[in-house]
Amino acid sequence: MRFGVVVFPGTWSDCDFHYVISEVLHQPVKYVWHRDRSLGEFDCLVLPGGFAYGDYLRAGAVAGRSPVVDAVREFTARGGLVLGSCNGFQILCEAGLLPGALMRNECLQYRCQSTQLRVENVDTPFTRGLHAGQILTMPISHGEGKYHADPETLKLLKQRKRVVFRYATADGRLTRDANPNGSLDNIAGIVNDEGTVLGMMPHPERAAETAMGGTDGLLLFKSLLGSLVEDGTFLKR
Amino acid sequence: MRARVLVRLKPGILDVQGSAIARALGGLGFDDVRDLRVGKVIEVEIAAADADRARARIDEMCKKLLANPVIEDYTIELERADDLAAARGGR
Repeated sequence: MRFGVVVFPGTWSDCDFHYVISEVLHQPVKYVWHRDRSLGEFDCLVLPGGFAYGDYLRAGAVAGRSPVVDAVREFTARGGLVLGSCNGFQILCEAGLLPGALMRNECLQYRCQSTQLRVENVDTPFTRGLHAGQILTMPISHGEGKYHADPETLKLLKQRKRVVFRYATADGRLTRDANPNGSLDNIAGIVNDEGTVLGMMPHPERAAETAMGGTDGLLLFKSLLGSLVEDGTFLKR
Repeated sequence: MRARVLVRLKPGILDVQGSAIARALGGLGFDDVRDLRVGKVIEVEIAAADADRARARIDEMCKKLLANPVIEDYTIELERADDLAAARGGR
């Protein structure tokens, strides 16, 4: 699977994603500059964490209207896969590629900690190797990760099973204490209607080797690699 | 022509920053603060033939970038008194 890692001025997790994809998973990967519009050579694009364009105005606001994100729209329209983590999730929401918005953490603190995620939907290319209710451990590192959506959007997300990850306790309960940022309904990650665009606040690339303290992040990549079937088309839901 | 865009969180959306500032004011003895919400002021200098066109362009900017319609409302104020009068007359 050919990966592209998008780099904006101010992105900080690009090298981590590049390292995990090339050195841990041994897959072809290239950096994609924020002004690039040609994405034809990729199967999956990663929008990494950081502070794209300094997060001026709002987190992900300027990046959400950048040339590369414009091209991502066409990329997703023809079935390309997109994984946005942390700032990447904020950018996808600002771009309207995912619904809702990410707001200042309820605690007002920047939170850099380990979180437990309950897998809610295993019917996406990113999670098909997991089982529903499985608990994954991955770190978060953000100041603006409180997911917000209006009641109709939330209803739609639930109806269509588009919530992929929820912050939970180690035994899978959705409690207030397990929710590090005050996200609506403990939401940590969602997909688009087709299941091909995943946005999540946690960092899978920071949980990809035992030396990092865990490898649960790799499970997402392994699911992905299993979903490009032999004839070169994606396994659809 | 100068304009001022006020961007605010929509009513009903919890403003954690505003609540923290209100509590801080309470701590300073301002116990008469009932509610406080934080917004943004964006000042724009724009080349436009008249106030109506300036307002229309800035409205477009708000929709495309300056405000996030999921969580924010905005208002546009044209700054100069004569421009404001012209804008009112133009409605």
